[in-house]
Amino acid sequence: MISMKNIRKVYNTGKVSFEALRDINLEVEDNEYIAIVGPSGSGKSTLMNLIGCLDTPSDGEYYLSGRKVDSLTANELAGVRNREVGFVFQAFNLLPYASAYENVELPLLFSGMRSKKRKKRVVDLLNRVGLGEKLQNKPTEMSGGEMQRVAIARALGNDPKLILADEPTGNLDTKSGAEIIKIFDELWETGHTVIVITHDMNIANHCQRTIKLKDGMIYNGNGFPVKKQTASAAGLN
Amino acid sequence: MSPSIIYNIFMRDFRKQRKRMLLTLVAILWGTMSIMMLLGFGEGLKVQFMKGTVGLGQGIVIMWGGQTSIAHEGFGKGRRIHLYESDIEYLKKNLPELKEVAGEYIRWSVEIRQDDNILSERINGVFPAYRDMRNMIPEMGGRFINQLDIDLKRRVAFLGDDVKKRLFGDKEAVGETIYIQKMPFKVIGVMKHKVQMNSYQGQDEDVIVIPATTFVSIFGDPYLDNIVYQPNSMDNTKALEKRVFEVMGARYKFNPDDDRALSFWDVIEMTRMTNNIMIGIEIFLGIIGGLTLLIASVGVANIMYVSIKERTREIGIKMAVGGRRIYIVIQFLLEALGITFLGGFFGIAITYILTEAFKRVPIESEAIELLGKPTISLEIGLVVVLILGIMGLLSGLFPALKAASVNPVEALRYE
Ligand SMILES: Nc1ncnc2c1ncn2[C@@H]1O[C@H](COP(=O)(O)OP(=O)(O)OP(=O)(O)O)[C@@H](O)[C@H]1O
Ligand SMILES: [Mg+2]
Repeated sequence: MISMKNIRKVYNTGKVSFEALRDINLEVEDNEYIAIVGPSGSGKSTLMNLIGCLDTPSDGEYYLSGRKVDSLTANELAGVRNREVGFVFQAFNLLPYASAYENVELPLLFSGMRSKKRKKRVVDLLNRVGLGEKLQNKPTEMSGGEMQRVAIARALGNDPKLILADEPTGNLDTKSGAEIIKIFDELWETGHTVIVITHDMNIANHCQRTIKLKDGMIYNGNGFPVKKQTASAAGLN
Repeated sequence: MSPSIIYNIFMRDFRKQRKRMLLTLVAILWGTMSIMMLLGFGEGLKVQFMKGTVGLGQGIVIMWGGQTSIAHEGFGKGRRIHLYESDIEYLKKNLPELKEVAGEYIRWSVEIRQDDNILSERINGVFPAYRDMRNMIPEMGGRFINQLDIDLKRRVAFLGDDVKKRLFGDKEAVGETIYIQKMPFKVIGVMKHKVQMNSYQGQDEDVIVIPATTFVSIFGDPYLDNIVYQPNSMDNTKALEKRVFEVMGARYKFNPDDDRALSFWDVIEMTRMTNNIMIGIEIFLGIIGGLTLLIASVGVANIMYVSIKERTREIGIKMAVGGRRIYIVIQFLLEALGITFLGGFFGIAITYILTEAFKRVPIESEAIELLGKPTISLEIGLVVVLILGIMGLLSGLFPALKAASVNPVEALRYE
């Protein structure tokens, strides 16, 4: 699913440049369920944005579903984000003036889906996250948990294999958070690859694999799937 | 890039962000409207003013006899100078600079009767040349005094439009008979209504005009009340006045430097001054228009600018879910164009409707009559719309372009 080799990300702000990620080697197989943890500023979001093609690495190679994506054009990246990745943000990032329906419709509009099919798809998605009754609600008329569920429905729009969530429960109470995690569980069970950034160790322990970041590096050695880890560990010994 | 995607996104957001778009639209509409109205009424006022000025006559000077104030060739001062009909030919012969010369007899408070309707009105005895010089144009179906009327001393009358109304109401007057001091006169024409801002004997709409020869035979006036002349060239009417003093001084034996012997009303000079005042007013209106445009521009820019943060996030979100840059940029372009077009269209349309409505309001007021013909200019409207549209683009499109040129993470982080 994902293969990153020696990824580096440098931010240049004026004269100062800051190395937010270095020596990132990451492999993710289909249908994994991964948590990324680490202290604030360790580069979790930076890494997630690279994975989701919202940003491009300064160095290194990145293959997504076998395709090299580290040096695609802006348009090609938009296409990848549209079809292959579903991104869920901590701050929801819904269009404030648009209804739940219209927010979910957005990626489908960009993929050029026909209006009939689109309508059905949006309703299905919102039903799936339990918001079939709130199609016409605006973000301001919904709870945080509901907004995040709209965001998940939107992320699932073009049926991407890969679901990325950057602290999806960060702005939610425990109960709504648990509901969101339950949806991710279901997605994983139906074959999606799910990667979640979290500060909540309960959620992290709940995943198959936990990647720990510190100072822009993966420091718990969990950059590879479980069997490969053992293989490489065996190789080292 | 697919047109249907652009269309879908555009229509959706257009419906959704109605408030902001409406505000921008209204700002453009209002700016266009106020500037067009301002300049339109200014232009209309100017045209009416010009018409009003020529209401008295075009390129003419009116001359009256006066009283000498300098002793000359054995005559003491204080002698009255009168103008006679023969002066007309004399002036024409001696001053080739004059294109046309005519004289006029006036009599006030003359009894006029039509059926049971008795009025006391002013009568002018004139020559045919008077018609063009004083802009007394007959309405359709009528005519002015002609040379034959003069030669045959016909009893015919040409009526000012207001006195016609008072005598005949809405009835047809041409061909009817009126009685001037009990003598029957045939009405040959009615003056076409004109805006007349200046007069030396009363408004022309109130006068009854008869042939000069007929006038003399009835009232027996020995001399003219005034002479009206029209020079070939409108330049340097002062120098021409001096020449008139010279030739008339030679004829009536007064000192050509005696400026009391004749008096003049230089309508040409007055028109020129009115012109200058109107140019001043136009400049003034232009400045106000410019300031209004500036305010409208700031309004449009402000509305656009205020929404940059919101819009930058919106762009970030759209890009994050896979919106291509080009869709986003085209959407903004369409939006700016759409708003500008609609705002401009309605602004121009409403201005047009309002001014047309204003022209049709039947108010009998001379002030309204002066203001009453606003002349809107489509060019000015289009220029205003263009400027406001560009302002909207500059203040809205460029931030959007900038937002679309960075990656989605940065756009989403925008504060
Ligand atoms: N656009 C940027 N320009 C400059 N520095 C940046 C930028 N984005 C992130 N950074 C820096 O990179 C480092 C990693 O940031 P990142 O957002 O990935 O941290 P994080 O692990 O997600 O933290 P948190 O848990 O607080 O969300 C931080 O030190 C941050 O200051
Ligand atoms: Mg983060």
